[in-house]
Order: sequence, then structure tokens, then C-alpha cells
Amino acid sequence: MARTAVLLNIDEKRVISALQEAGKNLTAADGETVLDFSSVRRVDASALRALEEFARVADEKAVKVVLRGVSVDVYKVLKLVKLTRRFSFLN
Amino acid sequence: MIASEAVQERAHIPLAAESLSPERIAYLESLVSQARTAAAVFTQFTQEDVDRIVKAMVLAGLENAQHLARLAVEETRLGVMEDKVIKNMVASEFVYNYIKDKRTVGVIREFPERNLVEIAEPIGVLFSITPITNPTSTVLFKCIVAIKTRNAVIFGPHPKAWRCCAEAVRIMYETAVKQGAPEGVFTCLESPTIPDNAYLMRHKDVAMIDATGGPGAVKAAYSSGKPALGVGPGNTPVYLEKTADLNTAVVDIIVSKTFDNGTICASEQTVVIDDEIYDQVLKKFAELGAHVCNEKETKVLERTVIDPQTGFMQPLAVGQKAVDIARFAGLSVKPNTKLLIAPIQGVGREHPLSVEKLFPVLAVYRAKSVGEALRVCVDVNHAGGLGHTAVVFSRNDEVIRKFGEAINAGRIIVNSPGSIGALGAVYNDLVPTFSFGCGTGGGNSTTDNVNIYHYLNIKRLARRTQNHMWFRVPNQIYFNMNAVENVRQFRSLSTIVVTSPELEKIGHVEIVRRHIGPATHVHVLVIPDAEPELKVILQGVETLNSYKADQIIALGGGSVIDAAKIMKLKYESPQADLEELAAPFLDLRKRVVQFPTEKTNRARLIAISTTSGTGSEVTPFAVLIDKERGRKVTLADYSLTPDVAIVDPQFVMSMPKGLTADTGIDCLTHALEAGVSNYASPYTDSNAMQAIRLVFKYLPIAYEHPRDEEARSMMHNAACIAAMAFSNASVGINHALAHAFGARFGVAHGRANALMLPHVIAYNAAVPAKFMPSPYTQGYVANKKYATVADLLGLGGNTVEEKVSKLIEATEQLLDQLGFPRSIAELGISKEEFERAMPELVKNAFDDPSWRSNPRMPLMTEMVELFWKAYEGRGVAKLAGVSEK
Repeated sequence: MARTAVLLNIDEKRVISALQEAGKNLTAADGETVLDFSSVRRVDASALRALEEFARVADEKAVKVVLRGVSVDVYKVLKLVKLTRRFSFLN
Repeated sequence: MIASEAVQERAHIPLAAESLSPERIAYLESLVSQARTAAAVFTQFTQEDVDRIVKAMVLAGLENAQHLARLAVEETRLGVMEDKVIKNMVASEFVYNYIKDKRTVGVIREFPERNLVEIAEPIGVLFSITPITNPTSTVLFKCIVAIKTRNAVIFGPHPKAWRCCAEAVRIMYETAVKQGAPEGVFTCLESPTIPDNAYLMRHKDVAMIDATGGPGAVKAAYSSGKPALGVGPGNTPVYLEKTADLNTAVVDIIVSKTFDNGTICASEQTVVIDDEIYDQVLKKFAELGAHVCNEKETKVLERTVIDPQTGFMQPLAVGQKAVDIARFAGLSVKPNTKLLIAPIQGVGREHPLSVEKLFPVLAVYRAKSVGEALRVCVDVNHAGGLGHTAVVFSRNDEVIRKFGEAINAGRIIVNSPGSIGALGAVYNDLVPTFSFGCGTGGGNSTTDNVNIYHYLNIKRLARRTQNHMWFRVPNQIYFNMNAVENVRQFRSLSTIVVTSPELEKIGHVEIVRRHIGPATHVHVLVIPDAEPELKVILQGVETLNSYKADQIIALGGGSVIDAAKIMKLKYESPQADLEELAAPFLDLRKRVVQFPTEKTNRARLIAISTTSGTGSEVTPFAVLIDKERGRKVTLADYSLTPDVAIVDPQFVMSMPKGLTADTGIDCLTHALEAGVSNYASPYTDSNAMQAIRLVFKYLPIAYEHPRDEEARSMMHNAACIAAMAFSNASVGINHALAHAFGARFGVAHGRANALMLPHVIAYNAAVPAKFMPSPYTQGYVANKKYATVADLLGLGGNTVEEKVSKLIEATEQLLDQLGFPRSIAELGISKEEFERAMPELVKNAFDDPSWRSNPRMPLMTEMVELFWKAYEGRGVAKLAGVSEK
């Protein structure tokens, strides 16, 4: 089966709903999903939970998740809550 | 505590003793005993004593630097002797240079402007663990720091470095004792074991542990239940950014990574290099004696120097030369190779060389952007190096700042070698040390470079500070009959007169208008004569804006003047958030929310009072009603004080009797409370006393003979003078109780005050159950102040108690003369209803900030008592301990 990459822009003001929506629309046919975080300057606890849930759904559907454009501040948060190991990162 | 621990605790025998022989325990006990005695004796030494001893020790360290370096390499079989000589010299000379002028005995710092002095107290006995990587230099450092701070040290060296450490301790000890240091000030464990360390760590006479060792030793130190200093593991990331001076950077990295064969834990571990310069940098490394491994060689190296089971560096590689490591790995390198460079593609177990490597093997990573480079550096930092050290080579300040913010490291070294840079005082101004605190990231209590201040208990001697007081009143106060004429001197293009319907009707507004210049446009804004609501304020501000007012004349009682104050605030500073400004505070000087100072408009506020009571024309307070939430909002700031106050008795001649009495007693309460307030001063006292005298003399006359000009005039002045007093000294519990009661039962403020007043005087004059903490007062003087009032009024009495009783009597008589009800019960409030309301009354009274300046701190139970006394009424307000005549 051809594996395609799906690109989704994550809006800072709608991180949670964007992730929830993306999670619902995820299918095994999407070989890889790229979430563009370039406009996200900070994340709160709810966003982290949403991201973790998204990672769980992606794992279930064997979809690789790539986070693009994550700032070092956000990356540090992901590192501290041990979420970085669930994703790949691109500039 | 489990039983066995309890037994151990009682016997003062640490658990580790189970694995130690009696002889060994006796040996350890002798070390502790010597150290304890030495530490006790040391407390008598002066700054001159310790400085003399320290200097001699430093010189001894320098003289023996080579000898000790050689011993260290011979015993540990790691490192470079020549580099260890430098370490020993840095540990002596550079540390001395930092500490030589610092005071560490007696008073060490003074802050005269804060009346504060810092005094040093030694720790006592330290148990100090030293590492295998920097054995003798760490000993030299700790000995010097210990003597400088008058502490005794028992050294617990690494088992594979104990001989060279023992020699270093011997040299330091003999030098110190020769200069007069107490015997036993340094001892060193011979053939140390883990049970030895555990025993000493838990010993009751060891005051602190300083563990410069591996994670196991540090964890044991922090788990011992003693105060501890520790260090953490390092995994230093380096960002070599494209704007860096590449020549300097490459040489610095080589200097640092090869220094003592990479044994300093702050040395570079993974260098993240910008893509644009990556090849160039590797070429430079190669030119300067580094071997850049290819992919196959990197794999071989991984298997050799990193334990595949644990993922950590192989101990046998620590401190070994690059050529030896290469030979051991089966790599073919040039004979003068000083550094092995291994390119890696990531960080983690899949990339074994991304961990700490205390030998001359350096990982490098190619980063395609600043973002990627910083992420990888964060990854390396988190892979076993949190809190330790990081290095950045760059000439871009923004990159350097971002790096500093992103990486969790106690030392972030810029454009210098990491290992020697982190030591401090060589390449930068960091405090020199051989013990790097790594903060919570590394399981330590500090990120500092450990130094003399960590070896001291610092005591702070705090003298009572002089709290500056003030006396702030309007710029100009005009008083006496027809004082309103002074309005004409104030130029204005647009004046808004804020007043109540009643005052407009009886012609007071016209009187004021007569004195406003013809060129001034005048608009009259009539508002309800009640505590202003927010919507009234906002409507007023609209008016001020539409007329572009440059002057506001508030003509009315307290409510009207308060409304005008708040309108002015919002008009001048539209962004002012009234809710926020009403936030509670304890001390005006320390309040969280500051009133705005920037003003888009400016208007002069002239306050003309038409009651002889609140004194709002001179106060910094304003009250409004929040109808939505059913509460009063009090604003307090000196910026609310009117610019001009006009105290003209013509405006009070027609005050009805009831209002005369209510406002007059309010004035008396202001004065009495200001008089005994914790914020009272000679300035407020003079005002308070004068106001009291005027009220007692003229209020009854003004009440009975409302057309008596002199009485009206004196009462009008009294109200203003009392307000000047309480504007600066505040009020007290009487107002807190009256506010709560008045709001709950709809009783006028003055009347509510009157019901409480005699009981509050008795309460404040008695010895308090709880004194109010107040830096402004010295001793308890409320009773004496009341007695002074009694003297002022000529009431008689011989003792303080008698005079206070006379004052209470005189107050009750005045209240009777003015027709006030004698009790709350007389108002028709049933006992049951009052009882039901009590919790709410007490809660609101306690929430009221008015009592915070009361001389006696009210307990809630006392508030309940006072409410009930007011309920029962006058005649029960007796001063405790004085018999009734």
C-alpha cells in the first residue's frame, strides 16, 4: 500500500481541537502525518494531553507522526514530559 | 520509624556499622572525635588567623603541585601529569585569588541602609568525598576552602586514589598546623570502603557531606539525612554555530577535551555543528591532530568504549590517551593523534557515543538549522547531563541567548573551552571550584560552583528598621466662613460641579457658581446623595470627557466628594481598573496594585464639604457601591486626595439635628481612633487631640443651636482636622464593627459608630489578649493616650484607669446629649435576629481593613463580645479592674 504523508497546520489558538480532529481523521492509509507546529509558541497541559492522545491513536493505526517547526521552547516542554520519544521532528 | 531503626537511633550507631569491625569503627570514631574537637577550637580563630594559614597552604599547594600530580597519575593510571599540575595550581592559586579578600569570620557583610549584618558561622565537621578523576586538586581546593571557613574535614577519597589524596591531605595538614590551625582539622580515610563512607555519612557529629564523586556517592550523601553538597554527571553539549570564530573554537575544543585526557566532567561530549561549516570544522580538527572516524570506525569505537549492557562509558577508557583507545579498538591512527572524532546521527541508546565520555573521544553532529541544533543540544543535555555544563561557540548574541535559555546547565560557557571554562576564573568570571553543583537536574541542591559560601552558615542580624512615616494632606485648605470665595483664584476653562439634588435645590450650587470666573464654562452634574454606584461614576466620566473638564468642584457630603474623586481618577486615567485598584493590602508601601501615575487628562479637584463629619475633602479614600455583587468597594491612595479643600461653615448651617449628631460622632470616632492607632505620630496626634477637644466643646452647641456660627464653624473645622489625622494614621476596630453593622442593618454610619464607641474605648484601653504586630509602635500606649484625652478634656482622675473610665463616661454623656440610642436593642432589632446575623457581622468586620491599625489585635470572639455589648448598650462599658463608684 502506498504510504502518503499528510500535512496538517496546527493553529496556536486551536491546538486541542486541531489535534482531536486530526486524530479522528487518521487512517492507516496515511503512512505518515506531519503536524506543522510553526505557529505554536507555547503549549499548556490540555494541549499536551491532546498530543499524547493523538500519539496513542497514531500508534494504534501504525501511522508515523512527524512534528515540524517545533520551537525549542515547546520542544523542551515535550522533552520534560517525555513526549519526544513518540514523534520524529523536522525543521 | 521501624523498630531496628529506633534501636539504632537510641544507640547512635549507624546501620553501616553492621559490616564494620570494632577496630574499624574505633578508627572512624577517632577521626570524628579529632575533627569535632578541631572544629570546636577553630570557632575561636580570627579572620587574620585563617588568612595567614590559608596563604601558607596555598603556597604549599603550589610548591607540591608537580609531586602530587605525579602521585595521582601513578596511582589512578589516568589523566595527564602535566595537566594535573595545572589543576593543582588552579586549585591553589586561582582559588586563593578569589577568596583572599573575602571575609569569612565574624561580620562578613554589612548593609547599613537595611540595618542588616551578615555573620559567618562555620559548618563544623565535614565529610568530604573526592573523585578519582581530580583527586589531589579536589583535596587542595577543599582544604583551602575549609580552613578559610574554619571547618574540619574528614576526607573519604576514591578507593583507587586514596594514597595520593592522603599525601595531599598530609601536606595541607602539616602546613596548616604549623601556622596554628587546630590539630585534627584534616584527616583522611586510609583504604576507604563504602561501609566507611556510609558510617561517616550518618554519624551524628558530621554536620555536612560534600560529595564530589559518582552518582552512587552523591545519592548516598543526599539520602543520609544530613545537609549535603553534591555533583552530577555531565554530558556537555556544544553548539558550534556558523558565526563562530572557527579557529578559536576548534583549538578551544581540543584544549578542553584533551585536558587531562578528558577527565573533567565539564568537558565537551557532543559538538553540534551547523551544516554550512561542518566539513570545514572537521577538516580543521584533522589538521590539528584529531582523527575523524568513518562510519565503520565509529561502530568499532562504539563497541569498545561504551558498555552495550548499560549504555555508559567503559571505566577502563576513562582518562586514557586517544592513541591508546584507538589501539585498543583496533583503529589505525597517526601516532600523534590527540582526539578521536565520531560523527553521530542522533542521541540515545541507538547512538551509543552520544553519552558522557571522560576520555578524548568526541561525538559530532551535523545540524541543518539553528532549531535542529538546539533540539539536539537539548537531547544531549537530557541524556545524562542535566544541570552540568554546556558550551556555545557563536558571535550571534541572539543564538547565545536562546542557547542559554534552552539548556539546563549550571555553567553555560561561551566561546571558551568547556572543562577549564567551567572550573572558573581562568577563561571567565565564574567562581573557581572543583565541585560543580548541578541543581535539581543533577540531583543536587545547587547549580553553583561550590565555594566558601557553601561552607558557611550565614547568620543575619536584623536591627529594627525605621519605618518612615508621613503626613499628607491637600496642597491647599481654606477654612472659615465664606472660604468658598477662594474658588475664584483657580483658573479654569471648563468646570464641572458635582453635587446632590438637595444642595442644588437649597441654592448651595449658586453660591459656588458666583465665585467661578466668567470665562469658565460651568456644567452642573447632579448625582444621588448616596454611596456612588459604578454607573454613576461612568456617567460622570462621560460628562467630564464631553466638556473636556479641567476642574471639578465637588460640593456635598462624603458620598458626593467620593464620587468626584473616582470620576477624576477614571477621567485622568481611563485604563484604571477600579476592581483591581480596590484590591486589599496590609501595608500601603508594599501594596501589590499601584494607582496609575500616567494621565491622559488632568483636572483640579476642589472639594467643598457640606457636612461636618467624614472629612472626605482631605482624605485619600473613596467608597463606591458594587450593586451587582452587593458590596462596598473602597479605594485608598493619596492620589485621590483633592487638590484643594474648602471648609466653609455656611454650607453646614442648615444641617438637620440628626445629621449633625451622626456626622459629629463620626468625626469624634475618627479622632479617637487616629489617636490610638498604631500609625499615630506627633503630627496626627496634634490633629486628633484638637479635633476631640473641639467636638466635646462644640458639638452639643451645634446640635442644640444649629444657627450658632461659631459652633458650626468649629465643628466643620474639627471634621477636617480629624480627617487629616485619620488620613495618615487610619482608623480602627470601631469603624470595622460599624461598617459591618451599618451595612447589615441599614444604620447610618455615624449612628453605628456611636453604638460601638464606649465599648471600643474600654476594649482598647484594657490589656490585650493579643497585641497587634506593628513596627510603628513601641510598647502598648492606647490606655495612656485615652488618659491624655481625659486630661485634655479636664475630666479628672488620678490613675490611667480612672482617667479612661472618665473618658468613657464623658463619651456616654455626649451620646445621651445628642439623643443617640443607648443600645442596638433600642433600634428594634431582636436578639434572635442579631444572633442570626452575628456570623456575617463578624466575618465582614474581620474582613474590613480598618482594624489593622487598631492598637489591640481583635480576635473574632472579641468582636462577637463587642457586638453583644453594643447590643446590650451603654452603662456596661466598664474598664476591667476599676470598681464602680
